[in-house]
Amino acid sequence: MLWCPDWPVTAAAAAAGVSPHVPAAVFAGNRVVICSAVARRYGVRKGMLRREAQSRCPDVAVLASDPARDARLFEPVVAAVEDLVPGVDVVRPGVVAVPVRGAAAYFGGRNSPDAAEHAFSERLAEQVSATAGVECQVGIADGLFAALLAARRGVLVPEGRDAEFLAPLPVAELDQQGEGTAEFVDLLRRLGLRTLGQLAELTERTVATRFGQEGVLARRLARGAAERPLSPRRPARDLAVEQHCDPPLERVHTAAFVARTLADRLHAGLTAQDLACTRVGIYARTEGGEERHRVWRSARPVTAHDVADRVRWQFESWLQAGSGARPTGGVVHLRLVPEELVHGAALQLHLWHGAGAAGEMEDDPGTERATRAFTRVQALLGPEGVCTPVLTGGRGPAERVEFVSWGSPLDRAGEQAPWPGRLPAPSSTAVPARPVPAAVSDKERRAVSLTARGALTSRPHSVAVEGGAARNITGWAGPWPVDERWWDSAAEGQRARIQVVTAGDGPAMLLLLREHGKPQWIVEGVYD
Amino acid sequence: MSGSVRSTGAVARLSSLPGVSTASDMAAAAERDSVTGRLLPVRSELSAALPLGGLRRGSTVSVRGSRALLFALLAEATTRGSWAAIVGMPDIGAVAAAELGVDVRRLAVVPAPGTELLPVTAALLDGLDLVVLGDGLLARHALSRQQTEKLTARARHRGAVLLAADAFPGAELELHCTPGRWYGLDESGGYGYLRERAVTVHGSGRGAAAKPARVSVLLPGPSGGVAAPHSSGTETSRAREAG
Repeated sequence: MLWCPDWPVTAAAAAAGVSPHVPAAVFAGNRVVICSAVARRYGVRKGMLRREAQSRCPDVAVLASDPARDARLFEPVVAAVEDLVPGVDVVRPGVVAVPVRGAAAYFGGRNSPDAAEHAFSERLAEQVSATAGVECQVGIADGLFAALLAARRGVLVPEGRDAEFLAPLPVAELDQQGEGTAEFVDLLRRLGLRTLGQLAELTERTVATRFGQEGVLARRLARGAAERPLSPRRPARDLAVEQHCDPPLERVHTAAFVARTLADRLHAGLTAQDLACTRVGIYARTEGGEERHRVWRSARPVTAHDVADRVRWQFESWLQAGSGARPTGGVVHLRLVPEELVHGAALQLHLWHGAGAAGEMEDDPGTERATRAFTRVQALLGPEGVCTPVLTGGRGPAERVEFVSWGSPLDRAGEQAPWPGRLPAPSSTAVPARPVPAAVSDKERRAVSLTARGALTSRPHSVAVEGGAARNITGWAGPWPVDERWWDSAAEGQRARIQVVTAGDGPAMLLLLREHGKPQWIVEGVYD
Repeated sequence: MSGSVRSTGAVARLSSLPGVSTASDMAAAAERDSVTGRLLPVRSELSAALPLGGLRRGSTVSVRGSRALLFALLAEATTRGSWAAIVGMPDIGAVAAAELGVDVRRLAVVPAPGTELLPVTAALLDGLDLVVLGDGLLARHALSRQQTEKLTARARHRGAVLLAADAFPGAELELHCTPGRWYGLDESGGYGYLRERAVTVHGSGRGAAAKPARVSVLLPGPSGGVAAPHSSGTETSRAREAG
């Protein structure tokens, strides 16, 4: 994610020929929308009346708000980024999203992933300032929201640590430009929820009952999850819309008119299938046969109006670009492609026909009905909300199953391979999702561990699960050594499994010894 | 009236499923269609515990005491083309389910329904033959009697079977499993492995299911599936203890 600080001001100042060292602010409706760093130093703040801003800083350059201008002037920056990495998404003027993983590996050479990301972000900032003459900051994170906040702070968030990075940040960060959540943020603050971490810790249930849909979305963002789960499958039918233009489009106004009708058609096509789009690609071909394209991304589903705006901005930047970058002729062919889809309110089944299950089930009416139900549930809970178990290779009960989101491609290769050391059937009917600690002790209440030769140090007599009351063991078997990951230094010592049957109505359990020094057993499975 | 129309539809669907017509038990299938087109089949070892010999479409069943029993109830129907979903049971042992005979390709798991428990369950009842509510789910979500009745009604209308791994208010059939002893472990300790368990399944219910029934089975049996108990239980167990 690449962020140009205070972009509207930078763009407006450049358009008006104001030097970046002069304090400047963009006004709309007589209030400061955004101001430059210099102006901020004089005490000018967002939301201030013009008169007040001018009284604090008499030389402030007053600039008008104009999103089209911002977008147009941003194009050179995007082009500069695109020279370096393909597949650039414009989030809004001033913010560009870039896929990092591949690019970092390419530019970082043989360095470790962290160093590679670092090298890549430096390279990116350098490229933008050298080519487009604009300052920018780079941040890296897994999710769009986290990446945006990371870019503002110039932070590279390690993979999978989004939630950790977001936790200490204030809830005010939820109020991104003009998304109208200011009131909600204010409410959170008054309730004493000051950081994103505190919001993330609440259960979904609590948030949903107190704050409704808005709260649930905010909590998703705060946890570093995507705001809306992506549509799990690509639609079968092509939803792109296109238009041949004769005479060619050479002026922004005519282009804007075409863009509007085209955007309406795209939107109608999407709503007819109950879908919405969060990334839209704009492709244009000119008389001279040149192809131009740009992808715009948005945090929430775009409306027809949004799409039309983006097409217009894009045209402005193409048609009014400098002599080198300007297309040689008018645009004769315009195409809008929805690149990323999210579910609308409900779903039409025919899109998902022949879902990811095995081929022979496809024609079965029961499967079709079930598929419809699963897609409905996925619309409620997100794609990971419905899983199918896939039996895979492995020895432990948790390793032998993989839960795959419904509709993802299945790979059943592992099951056929032999897995020596696997316990014979029957398997445990419950496999705790998180490790459940247990204490196994002998008659003298000493903890049972493993000797260097892989035998138990004493006969297990009782087991206490999660610090609960100890249950007597009436029968046991094992230990079976687990000779796995000898190359992994983090997993120290030998590990072993035992099966125990507990007295009374207690269940039979499969226990795994993890550590020797201070023996720690975990319940790997329960037979019930 | 409409019930009979729906059930003919269900019969047509059932008979069009792959596997049903090709299976060698054509005669059994025909008999089932003619006599009880509204029953989902269960493993023959368990059918004696069910008053109707199967799971009646549209009914609500409470299954307590054993998860293995729950999986075993899904086994026959999923292998014959029905779809099943398990809601709110994140720690499901899918390998055990497969060993008990469940076709896991026709099994979906909704590990964490969260605040959407009711709409999720309702959506699943719309499209699937078998929907399982995990243990503790009802208590955790503090479902009111009205809400559980809504689910029961949904199952009845859609011809699905709602199984709860819990006590379920108003359940038509209650299955209760008393765990028996495990075989396969050596008494002296340390040898053998858990091989099979003898259990007794009690069935009781309301209406047509009022007559209590009881059946002894091995759950799980020697290969992880359901098996009939050894003909003379005491003798075998003594033999096992000796060997």
